[in-house]
Amino acid sequence: MAKVHVPFDLRHLAEGAAVLEVRGTCYRSLMAALRDRYPVLEAALARDKAFVLDGEILDSPLLEAVAPASEIHFLPRIGGG
Amino acid sequence: MSEAMDFKVIGTRPIRPDGVDKVTGRASFGADFSLPGMLEGAVLRSPYAHAWIKSIKTDAALAASGVKAVVTGADFPQVAAGAIEGGEGGGDFADLAGNVIARGKVRYHGHAVAAVAAQSRAQALAALALIEVEYETLPAVLSLDAALAESAPLIDEGLMTSGLAEPATAPSNLASVIEMGNGDLDAGFADAALIVERRYQTPTVHQGYIEPHACVGRWGQDDQAMLWCCTQGAFDVRSMTAKVLGQPVGSLKVIPSEIGGGFGGKTTVYLEPLALLLSKKSGRPVRMVMTREEVFRATGPASAATIDLRMGFSQDGKITAAEATMAYEAGAFPGSPVGPGTMCVFAPYRIANFRIKGMDVLVNKPKAAAYRAPGAPQALFATESAMDEAADKLGIDPIELRLRNAVEEGDSAIYGPKFGPIGLRACLEAAAAHPHYTKAKDAGVGRGVAVGFWFNVGLQSSAEVHINEDGTVTVIEGNPDIGGSRASMALMAAETLGVPYESVRVVVADTETAGFTNVTGGSRVTFATGMAVVEASKDIIAQCCSRAASLWSTDEDMVEWRDGAVHPRPGVNVEAKPLSLKDLAGKAGRTGGPLLGKASLNARGAGPGFSVNLCDALVDQETGQVQVKAFTAIQDAGKAIHPSYVEGQLQGGAVQGIGWALNEEYVYSPEGVMENAGFLDYRIPVASDLPMIDTQIIEVPNPGHPYGVRGVGETPIVAPLAAVANAVSASAGVRMTELPLSPPRVLEALDQA
Repeated sequence: MAKVHVPFDLRHLAEGAAVLEVRGTCYRSLMAALRDRYPVLEAALARDKAFVLDGEILDSPLLEAVAPASEIHFLPRIGGG
Repeated sequence: MSEAMDFKVIGTRPIRPDGVDKVTGRASFGADFSLPGMLEGAVLRSPYAHAWIKSIKTDAALAASGVKAVVTGADFPQVAAGAIEGGEGGGDFADLAGNVIARGKVRYHGHAVAAVAAQSRAQALAALALIEVEYETLPAVLSLDAALAESAPLIDEGLMTSGLAEPATAPSNLASVIEMGNGDLDAGFADAALIVERRYQTPTVHQGYIEPHACVGRWGQDDQAMLWCCTQGAFDVRSMTAKVLGQPVGSLKVIPSEIGGGFGGKTTVYLEPLALLLSKKSGRPVRMVMTREEVFRATGPASAATIDLRMGFSQDGKITAAEATMAYEAGAFPGSPVGPGTMCVFAPYRIANFRIKGMDVLVNKPKAAAYRAPGAPQALFATESAMDEAADKLGIDPIELRLRNAVEEGDSAIYGPKFGPIGLRACLEAAAAHPHYTKAKDAGVGRGVAVGFWFNVGLQSSAEVHINEDGTVTVIEGNPDIGGSRASMALMAAETLGVPYESVRVVVADTETAGFTNVTGGSRVTFATGMAVVEASKDIIAQCCSRAASLWSTDEDMVEWRDGAVHPRPGVNVEAKPLSLKDLAGKAGRTGGPLLGKASLNARGAGPGFSVNLCDALVDQETGQVQVKAFTAIQDAGKAIHPSYVEGQLQGGAVQGIGWALNEEYVYSPEGVMENAGFLDYRIPVASDLPMIDTQIIEVPNPGHPYGVRGVGETPIVAPLAAVANAVSASAGVRMTELPLSPPRVLEALDQA
């Protein structure tokens, strides 16, 4: 299962967990699995954070493949000048 | 991407195709467009920083000579909340609409209240004076401390802080909180032999682009509308303006003019919805052009910030713990770049134990907009100042201290993900060996070192490559050319297709001609749109190979593309002569029609950019004036497609950063009126203030791009603030922690030392 690193400021929505193991083969299925366990956390992540898959910040993710060994982070959104 | 690629045109320095027109006055910028029957628009702006609008009477203005239309906030639809994506990296459509024109309340001095279109600008300005607005003034909130005080007047009565562990129970000026952390902070500080703890402050500054905002809007009778405007992103203007006006995106065509600077400040809309609604009401095209004063009073500055920083170091200079509390001014609506700031503040270093708290805070100032590497200069001003102080107190060379802590490939960034190949160490080593660093300082001169960092982004881009009948190449893309991107796109197309640079023409097209393309910003154009150009060129190559194979009555896998032509593979059909792009273009009609390559993508694989800056500065002990005696900018570009324009980015970022460090700041009256809204009083550096900015490009290829490109537009402005401050501190003999380092502030510090 992929390792989802829970943002420091949202860990209270995951019973304090820093890392969750979540099953999913792509962004959509991974988030669905996360929603089943922590719906408020999933909503906050989807709304406020950028999705980072194995070090790659992904804009507008949906079907990106997630591997069992994948590391997932969620970050504040980044734009630029 | 291959480090060993033998480039033929990439890395050369041809003259940019738009250059001559821009320096001879032929290029058309935002204010240079006109249409038959066009009206001139003007904006009535709030004289108060914070006030309720009790009533607006426009009858007299509408009846004035030459006036054809007047609009106020009541003429615009209510816009539902929703995140703005792909542009500034934050913000909300409802706030955007509220910033375009006030509804019910003005939130800063200069906030648009009404707009007029008349036959002449003089008539429009005269009509503004006839609009009667009744205000109920409120106390202005002008600083972070004032905004966060318990009894602070509320700028948005409905704003509930997001990001708290427990939902907020009452509104405040604190829009959001972000926290990051790892390890054991107390244990880390307990292990420290040295702790540096200070408050660092940076002022509100403007992007300082030379060209003021300008547009022409025309609303057609069929409700199809057109906008000509200077912008960093025509598609973003289209989506934002359509949302503010409640129109379908497809009803609006946006034509980007040439652009006289943006630096992030032209990634949003101000005049565009006003011009179009005035055009709709009047039935005539409307041009609107800001004055410089309006640019200062009503367009996005970079956030002022206060950062409370604490860093612990072992005796040998390893960082044992770090803590930052970062408050950024958002302006009158939520959305400062404090999020990226929290991720940048310790990004260059390996730190096991850290805590970071970021706060997005409303004040009665214009809504903050992106400015190169938004959020990072403020953050790394703090960290790199502390690193400098630690190096001094530990007796370690400042570059060596950074090398002992620098992140490398495989390290986890403090914000989580692991770095791929990065160039921080290479930049530091280049800085240590640079003649600027190895030569002795002149008497009284202080030398500063600082590191810069920016993530760089990808986002969506499209490109088409058309092969003309004579074999010349037309590239169509959608990113306004600010820093020489036409030249970079042409170089990448020429390299891929194996044709001369001079045979490629790049067209920056409008929103009905180019495929969807995100904004020119985030250091993404050479990376992401360049990737689209390369892919579209490869599409051409595939078509050429297919057609040549057909002509030779052989299979496609029996041919190959080499040196700008299709060749039979060795040993195959040896009698056939290679077919060049020109040969195949001449046969296009007989081999399937025009050669047209296309690509659209959401670019993955952006590579972070690191830099190191060196600054020598001399403080006049009598006056407090600072002279920058030497400045060197060293940065990892991945691969410099056009080295001159990479160097230009480094030099431009250095100059803007020097201005931010030394003189630039918004000066407000107690009532919230900006008192220096012009370039005479808002002091940006001019050529006579500066030495030649030396540059050194480091090339650690980014494996995520076919030619190894990283973005280079953002990172250059990050390090100069601390590099200058560290040099000034060394020359003055006193640690400077608040910008700008203007003569009065430096003199005050000298007096107190």
